[in-house]
Amino acid sequence: MDILKEIAASLERGEDDRVAGLVRQALEERCAPLDILNRGLIAGMDVVGEQFRKREIFLPDVLIAARGMYAGLDLLKPLLAQEGVPSAGRIVLGSVRGDLHDIGKNLVAIMLKGAGFDVLDLGADVPAQRFVDAAQEHGATVIGLSALLTTTMPVMKEVVELVRARGLAGRVKVIVGGAPVSEAWAREIGADAHGYDAANAVERVRALVAAGA
Amino acid sequence: MRQRVGWTAEESLPGRGEVLRLQGVPAQLDLPPRIGALLEAALAAYREIAEPRALIGGISREEFREVHRGEGRNAPETPLETVLAGAERLALFVATVGGAVTTRIHDLFGSNEPALAAMLDSVASAAADRLTVLLGALPPGPEGGAGANGARALAYSPGYCGWHVSGQRALFAFLDPGEIGVTLNPSCLMEPLKSVSGVLVAGPSGIHRFAPAYPFCRECRDQPCRARNAAFSTS
Repeated sequence: MDILKEIAASLERGEDDRVAGLVRQALEERCAPLDILNRGLIAGMDVVGEQFRKREIFLPDVLIAARGMYAGLDLLKPLLAQEGVPSAGRIVLGSVRGDLHDIGKNLVAIMLKGAGFDVLDLGADVPAQRFVDAAQEHGATVIGLSALLTTTMPVMKEVVELVRARGLAGRVKVIVGGAPVSEAWAREIGADAHGYDAANAVERVRALVAAGA
Repeated sequence: MRQRVGWTAEESLPGRGEVLRLQGVPAQLDLPPRIGALLEAALAAYREIAEPRALIGGISREEFREVHRGEGRNAPETPLETVLAGAERLALFVATVGGAVTTRIHDLFGSNEPALAAMLDSVASAAADRLTVLLGALPPGPEGGAGANGARALAYSPGYCGWHVSGQRALFAFLDPGEIGVTLNPSCLMEPLKSVSGVLVAGPSGIHRFAPAYPFCRECRDQPCRARNAAFSTS
C-alpha cells in the first residue's frame, strides 16, 4: 500500500502508535511533508471525523486517532515551517473569562488541528481583549469562544463588540459554542457562527474560512 | 448543623456504563479493546488521586426558600417549588472529588494524551454525580442526612431546572464549604471543577416527578429528570 494511504488507514484504525513511524518512513522515502500532511494525516482524520459525525465511531476513537496525528504532526511541523507552507487557516480559541471548563474547547482544538488548521489555544478564563489582541498579533481569521456557564456567555458579546470596535469585522469572524450556547444566542450577539459540537465546529470554521474570513 | 463527610476513591467510583455514556459510547456496543483499556486506565488514575469529600447541612424549608431565591434571577416557575411542597427534609451540600483530578486532566491534555484526559474527565464527572447519591443515602439527622426511612432523597442544583446559577452565592454563604477546599469564582463556578452543589430533597418518590415542559427544558441537553422519572416507574 502507498505509504500515505497507510498513514491515513492507521489513523482510521486507531493504530496511533504506528503513525509516527510511518511518517518517518515516508520522509525517508522522500515524500514531501505537505503531501504527508494532506494525503496522510489530514486524509485519515477527515475519515475519522466523518465516521464520528455518522456515529459509526465514538469520541474515544477520535481522540486515540488524534494522539497518532499529533505524533506525526510533531515530525512534520518544523519541515513545513522551513518550506513556508501555509495552514488551512489560523484560529484563536479559548474558554471565556470566568469559565474554567476547557474539555469542550480542547476537543474542538483537536478536531481543528486534525483538519489542518493552525490553532492558537489561549486556554481557559480568557478576557475578551486577549482574544482580539491574539487574533491581530497572529493574523488569525477566526476566533472561537467556548462557555459552559450562562454567567460567562456575555463575554462572548464583549468579544464580538471589540472585533467591531477595532474595525476587524468581516476579516476576523467569531464562532461560539458550549452547552448553554445556541444558534439564537449567536445571532443575538452578532457572532458569525455557532458550533453545536466539535465536529460541527470544524465544518462551520471551514465555511467561515472558505467565505473569506 | 453541618457534617463533613469523606469517602475512599473506590467508594465514589462510578459505573463503567455511566462513564461510557458521558463519552457518547452506546451501552449496547461491544466495547472495542482499545476503548476498554482507556477506560480502565482512567479508572486507575482516578483511584490513585481522587479525594472525595463533602459538606452537608440540614436546612428548614423557610431558610431554603431564601437560599433558593438567591439574587432573584430564577425562572418565573421552577419544578423545585412544587417538589418542596411534598418534601420531608432538606439539606444543602457541596461535594468534590478534589483538585488533583482536574490537574491530572489538564496535564494529560498538555502531554498529548487527549483520549485518556477526556476519559478521566468523564470518570470524574460521573464520580461527582455519584457523590450526590452517596449523600442522599446518609441517615437522616439535623446535620443534614436526608435519606433512608423509605424517603427518596434527590439533588437539585443551581444552574439547572430554572434555579439560576447565581444562586450558588447564597448556597455558599449558608454552607461555607471552604473547609473542604471548594470555592466559588466571580462567575459562580466552583473550584475545583469536579465539584457539585445543591439541595437534597427527601420525601416520597412521587414528589420528584415532573413533566419536562418548562420553557428552560427546551434548552436543556441532558434532561436528567427523564432518567429519574423512568427510575421511579420501575422502582
